[in-house]
Amino acid sequence: MTRFVLRRLLLLLITLAVASVLIFAMTTVLPGNVGRIVLGPFASDQAVQALNHQMGLDRAIPVRYWDWISGVLTGDWGQSLSLDTAVLPLALERLGRSLLLAAYALALLVPVAILAGVVAGRRQGGLFDRVTSIVGLTFGAMPEFVTGVLLIVVFGIWLGWLPVQALPPDGAGLLATLRHLLMPALSLVLLLFAYLFRMARSGMLDELAADYTRTAVLKGLPPAVVIRRHVLRNALLPTITVIGAQLGWLVGGLVVVESLFRYPGIGSLMKAAADNKDIPLLAGCALLITVVYGFANLAADLVYAWLNPRVRHAME
Amino acid sequence: MRWSEPLRRSPVLAVGIVMVVAWVATAALAPWIAPAAPTDMALTAINQGPSTAHWFGTDQYGRDILSRVLYGGRYVLAIAPAATVIGLFLGTVIGLTAAYFGRWVDEVIMRVLDAVMAFPIVVLALLALTTLGASTGNVILVIGLVFAPLIARTARAAALVEVRREYVQAARLRGESAAWILTMEVFPNVRGPLVVEGTIRLGYAVFTSATLGFLGLGVQPPAPDWGLMVSENRALLTSAPWTVLFPALAIAFVVVAFSLVADGLAARETA
Repeated sequence: MTRFVLRRLLLLLITLAVASVLIFAMTTVLPGNVGRIVLGPFASDQAVQALNHQMGLDRAIPVRYWDWISGVLTGDWGQSLSLDTAVLPLALERLGRSLLLAAYALALLVPVAILAGVVAGRRQGGLFDRVTSIVGLTFGAMPEFVTGVLLIVVFGIWLGWLPVQALPPDGAGLLATLRHLLMPALSLVLLLFAYLFRMARSGMLDELAADYTRTAVLKGLPPAVVIRRHVLRNALLPTITVIGAQLGWLVGGLVVVESLFRYPGIGSLMKAAADNKDIPLLAGCALLITVVYGFANLAADLVYAWLNPRVRHAME
Repeated sequence: MRWSEPLRRSPVLAVGIVMVVAWVATAALAPWIAPAAPTDMALTAINQGPSTAHWFGTDQYGRDILSRVLYGGRYVLAIAPAATVIGLFLGTVIGLTAAYFGRWVDEVIMRVLDAVMAFPIVVLALLALTTLGASTGNVILVIGLVFAPLIARTARAAALVEVRREYVQAARLRGESAAWILTMEVFPNVRGPLVVEGTIRLGYAVFTSATLGFLGLGVQPPAPDWGLMVSENRALLTSAPWTVLFPALAIAFVVVAFSLVADGLAARETA
């Protein structure tokens, strides 16, 4: 197990190193002239050159990459141009809020989608199965800001049940915070529901048709015991892998949902950095998101390997 | 078999196709059926709710929302297919090259693709479009670029089986060039999975272009792009919800149409 973990960790580090080169290339080499982007088309050439020199952009590209990445590794992620503050503390503070929203969405999504998949799989083609499949697919195909708008119009404005403002007032308790975050979280849940639901459902269908299930039924076990003791374990394993694969959509969804609901997380920070052409902040946000996403994926893979006896024993 | 046979057997596919046709038709005919030009302002009639004069209401500049929604269909119609074609082309070239040359070429290509896919798509597009500049052409290019790695994986997986076959060995021994073998011999045999991948990507391209429009990275104001309309009018959501609701519903209509078509096709494949 330890060797497996180390191997995956090494692979992740290589991927992140290449990703950091890509971020660097896209934010500093590709645009050609950062000073021009920051100052706009009407600034004088001298001003542009001065800014480029001040930011050290007139040096060789490998030197600049080394400068940036060694700063990143020692905790100096540079200065935000638009907010005039250090990038790393700001990004970390915003990341905390985003993780709260993401965890909330996952905590709603995983049990509900799995339960719905299990129920639908038991009665394939039944009313619940069909309605849930159609509703799930419809929202799964919709961009999360469209779902968010529909939620706001229905629950925020017409019914007036939920606050439209995602950020709770200062000093709000946990319940109030969760109430404010419910609509943003639901936008993410509806985006990801269909895939997870389908995996759980098809896992159920496969395992219910398996020989060992027939044996269990024929030897007289009550259906609830058959499902709980025999079917669920095998049916849900593939579903867990899918959760890992969905994290990318969840993170991307954060950028959009936070912007729609005006929630100050890492996603809306990155959007603001893009709007303001704040290149150091943009690069920092992209790097932080990629690192967190990479480790979350790794964690999902490890949980899967640990839960799956076939993989677990092969490693020992 | 009559041409209508598959449609009658799959109502899902039929409904999806009707919806796609309705969207393409309204987008194409927008100049003739829209009651006003999408950028016509009427400062005497701002933020009006839906009425017989303005079916979908007006926005903060008094522009007719129905007209803007009708014209807005044109952006997605141009962006999604073009981006998908670019993604398919790049992805196929990369995937086939990796499969054919194998060894270190394959290894390097796959590591780079892994790194590209280590970014969530929206993050990657946000980075690229900020530095390239926001425009319709760049949106098409960037969506094509971020889709390429996924398509490359499909192409590589399909081609790996083919490059080991005798007919490829024979072509190699005849002294054909790699480019010739890949385009004339291998490509025709991996076309099937790539067509399926392309249909799925087309739906995602609609999704992604709407999202990039919403993030302000696509066409710029005053263009009537649906995603852009949602974000422009975001502040009016509580006071004039129709300014946001109708463009959002238009996006929902198109993505649902595509998902019905993709589902109908998938169901036919497995049936």
